[in-house]
Amino acid sequence: MTEPMAEHYDVLVVGAGPAGLAAAQAAAMHGARVGLLDAQARAGGQVWRHDVRRAAPRAARQALASLEKVQVLARHSVVAAASHSLLVETPDGARQLRYGSLVLATGARELLLPFPGWTLPGVTGAGGLQALTKQGWPIAGKRVVVAGSGPLLLAAAATLRAHGAHVLGIYEQATASAVHAFAWRLRHWPARAVQAVGLRARLAGVPYRCGTFVRAADGEQTLSSIEVEGPRGVRRIACDQLAIGYGLVPNVEMAGLLGCELEHAGVHPHVRVDSLLRTSVPGIHAAGELCGIGGLAAARIEGSIAGHAAAGAYGNAATLLPQRSRERRFAALLSQHFALDPRLHALATPQTLICRCEDVTLAALDGFGNARDARLATRCGMGACQGRICGSALAELGRFPRSGSRPPLFPARLATLAVAEAESFLPDDYRGNRT
Amino acid sequence: MSTPIRITVNGQPVEVPVGSSVAAAVARVAAHSRRSVRGEPRAPLCGMGVCFECRVQVDGVAHVRSCMTPVSEGMQVRTDD
Repeated sequence: MTEPMAEHYDVLVVGAGPAGLAAAQAAAMHGARVGLLDAQARAGGQVWRHDVRRAAPRAARQALASLEKVQVLARHSVVAAASHSLLVETPDGARQLRYGSLVLATGARELLLPFPGWTLPGVTGAGGLQALTKQGWPIAGKRVVVAGSGPLLLAAAATLRAHGAHVLGIYEQATASAVHAFAWRLRHWPARAVQAVGLRARLAGVPYRCGTFVRAADGEQTLSSIEVEGPRGVRRIACDQLAIGYGLVPNVEMAGLLGCELEHAGVHPHVRVDSLLRTSVPGIHAAGELCGIGGLAAARIEGSIAGHAAAGAYGNAATLLPQRSRERRFAALLSQHFALDPRLHALATPQTLICRCEDVTLAALDGFGNARDARLATRCGMGACQGRICGSALAELGRFPRSGSRPPLFPARLATLAVAEAESFLPDDYRGNRT
Repeated sequence: MSTPIRITVNGQPVEVPVGSSVAAAVARVAAHSRRSVRGEPRAPLCGMGVCFECRVQVDGVAHVRSCMTPVSEGMQVRTDD
């Protein structure tokens, strides 16, 4: 077993997406010893994920090139937390990282909603297939349908097409009037309007249908067709891949484990922060999507604010606050215009699997009023993803909210758990009650 | 473009570009990565390391998330872990 070496950082940043990169860079400007860790093999996060075939956008290249004073800790997954200390698992074993202040930039995941056939190989998230494709997933020549909701669908479709996919169509659940209203409001954010027009140009010839959603996916061992419902009725489309996502959900699990207060806008929690992005726990800041879905520009500004603040440079942080307010207004616009159609909540039938890890159907969850009771009786949410997929889906469906975080944050190796216990990373109630 | 990486998936040789994920290599030769508790075939869903549907065995280590693992020369991958 590898002994964990405790290393100390003045500022430790968790998550190397746009927010985390900006935070690390800002904190390092003030001479702080900065560590930037991420579970993925390369920095960039989801939006700036490395593409094996295509060059990164300029902003991403610049952000990634400005890390010479930052210790980048790739393939580091946070498993547990104690006071001013994180236990991380790496391919080489467990490590303990101590910090003066912490910036959480854990980003967001896709909201994936259950419908008949959603467990078939060939059905992925929309950003999910985009991420897979950037890392070499064989998509050239495949017939792909992109569906769900939000501007991410266009970005995903553009990446898929650039990699040679035959994108049959993009199906947006929001109504045409909602999408047009959103497009009209974009005039106040010219950079974004230009981006949207650019995406549409790259998707020339690909149908974009509003008020339309996928009802079911069919196939024997893999996906072969989907059923789509829109204003003009229901139709079946033969396809090889369905890339479907209903927007984003903040990754608050680690913040929750650290005791940071959460708040709700709708059914999915985000981290509560003050104007300088301080969480309710002293010394812990949060930036980007986990403070509420706000997009790339908000994440970058917030990362800088949090990085300056974590290094004690509150003056530098304060100068960026007006920019933050502006980007957060854009976020409000997004959630308003891409609100989910209630019909999406009724797609899963009693036989549809909700918990994919433990194969628990919707019918098996009838009668349970909270996540804990459901888990104890059905194992729903007890599998490897620890309820990240089914828990968010059940909250969206109006069944019950997700339960709080417990260590380990991800399934960890036994050697890591042994270190967690030896170094007091596990709560007292984990001890002495084993049978 | 640099030399491709060669690995095996269920004993079958696969070549993929440098920087590819194990998930991408598996998708070239296998329709699924694991079987669920009921025996259903499953393949990557989230693509970001959250859902664990892509897990496989890599060089004898079980339950590795293939979407988060870069390929390296000579790697031996098994599905239905």
